[in-house]
Amino acid sequence: MNTLSDRSRDIGEFVSQPGDEMIICRCEEITKGEIRRAVHEGMFTMTEIRRYLRAGMGLCQGQTCSKLVKGIVARELKVSPADLEPATSRVPMRPIEMKVFANENEDEDE
Amino acid sequence: MISYKADVIIIGGGIIGCATAYYLAKNNISVTVLEASDYIGNGGSSRNGGGVRQSGRDPRELPLVMYGIRNLWPHLSEEIGVDTEYHQDGNLRLGKNVHHREILQGLTDRANKVGLDVRMIDGDEVRKIIPYLSDEVTVASWCPTDGHANPLTTTLGYYKTARKLGARFYTGVKVMELRKVKGELRRVLTDDGSVFEADQIMVAAGYESRKLLGSVGIDVPMTRSLLEALVTEAEPHMFDQMLGTADADFYGHQTKHGSFVFGGSSGFEGFNKDNGTPMTSSITAPAICRGIMKYFPDLADAKIVRTWAGWSDKSADGVPVLGRVEEVPGLIVACAFTGHGFGIAPAIGDQMAKLIMSGTTDIDISALHYDRFKAKI
Repeated sequence: MNTLSDRSRDIGEFVSQPGDEMIICRCEEITKGEIRRAVHEGMFTMTEIRRYLRAGMGLCQGQTCSKLVKGIVARELKVSPADLEPATSRVPMRPIEMKVFANENEDEDE
Repeated sequence: MISYKADVIIIGGGIIGCATAYYLAKNNISVTVLEASDYIGNGGSSRNGGGVRQSGRDPRELPLVMYGIRNLWPHLSEEIGVDTEYHQDGNLRLGKNVHHREILQGLTDRANKVGLDVRMIDGDEVRKIIPYLSDEVTVASWCPTDGHANPLTTTLGYYKTARKLGARFYTGVKVMELRKVKGELRRVLTDDGSVFEADQIMVAAGYESRKLLGSVGIDVPMTRSLLEALVTEAEPHMFDQMLGTADADFYGHQTKHGSFVFGGSSGFEGFNKDNGTPMTSSITAPAICRGIMKYFPDLADAKIVRTWAGWSDKSADGVPVLGRVEEVPGLIVACAFTGHGFGIAPAIGDQMAKLIMSGTTDIDISALHYDRFKAKI
């Protein structure tokens, strides 16, 4: 299932481009340029981009931006977006207050 | 399929492997890191609570973490080109009753015996440090030189900088076997048939280390257990300390981003479902929430945005296995960090690189030797 990836393979130099200042992850305010630069620093996977930049780690957990981030990373790596594994979706589906989450073991009619 | 030569091969692209690769690459040693998963730092390195603690540690590993806190953590952000978010604002281990006080007193006495500044403080003193703690907290042990950092940026920072200095990293390549040549460990065979060759090979593959070491006849008594954690949305700043409890209901800190990262347990660790990936259990995060709210009533409205789980590689006696394996010349091992490998990782990387380059370490690691495990009678 895992695929061999040489993290030193040549993907070219990072060159800044018009539009790099555009915000892609709105929750964490991460720009296109930051994402592109991170790829050139070795972050070749969606999971690493998330952990390195926090893109997709905010309130919406990447439900808004992950497709855009994927497109940007794929273009820098010169691969198809379909070749990139998405980052893991994690519980809970929507943000939930601690006091509500904590009630999991109480009977509904109590 | 590749056939590749380096001075040093490191098996395991977690923070231990990445940090060691960085300190080697910095000294112009050619090093190759092999990571079985598709991601750098995908095990405990990305899933821990971020503690940079000395308190609560066994005296055998304490000198290493103290060395790291004195010499490496303070300037690590500049060195590896990321914000490690390192805070040295102390660690509080909280207690609520007489039983907790006894546990904390024991930890404090043991720390003082080895020269670490840990003090017992009462509930009012605790609330001077963190006013948000509930009145249920009546006692704590306080270690002012402990702290916390961001495991994600620290791990990937070591990777990024090592890579920039010429260290080679391969992900998605699983090592199947270590192989000796004329009595010395020289080769690493991978699942795709590749052969990597080096003069020295370090195994830093967490729990998977056991199987790899087994291929050259070495066994380290270790198992793995699941740890679970959660993170809230960003909240206004409340405190900068690292927290734990005598009861072990939860541990964690507030990050620079404002979110709270808290780890904890349900009591069923070691009996969780194991389908090969670390899965969260539906009962654990709610249990962590109940634990937190007893200490921080104000956090009842904080929203949880994400939960996760991770394996920790537990050694039979609670401290890592570290250093050369004399029976297998060329083999170095660094595994079994037992759930507290993050804070100590810079020191391990620094010292393992020294061991590989010069044959010795500045800090005595003989008590962590692989050969220390003896039967009880």
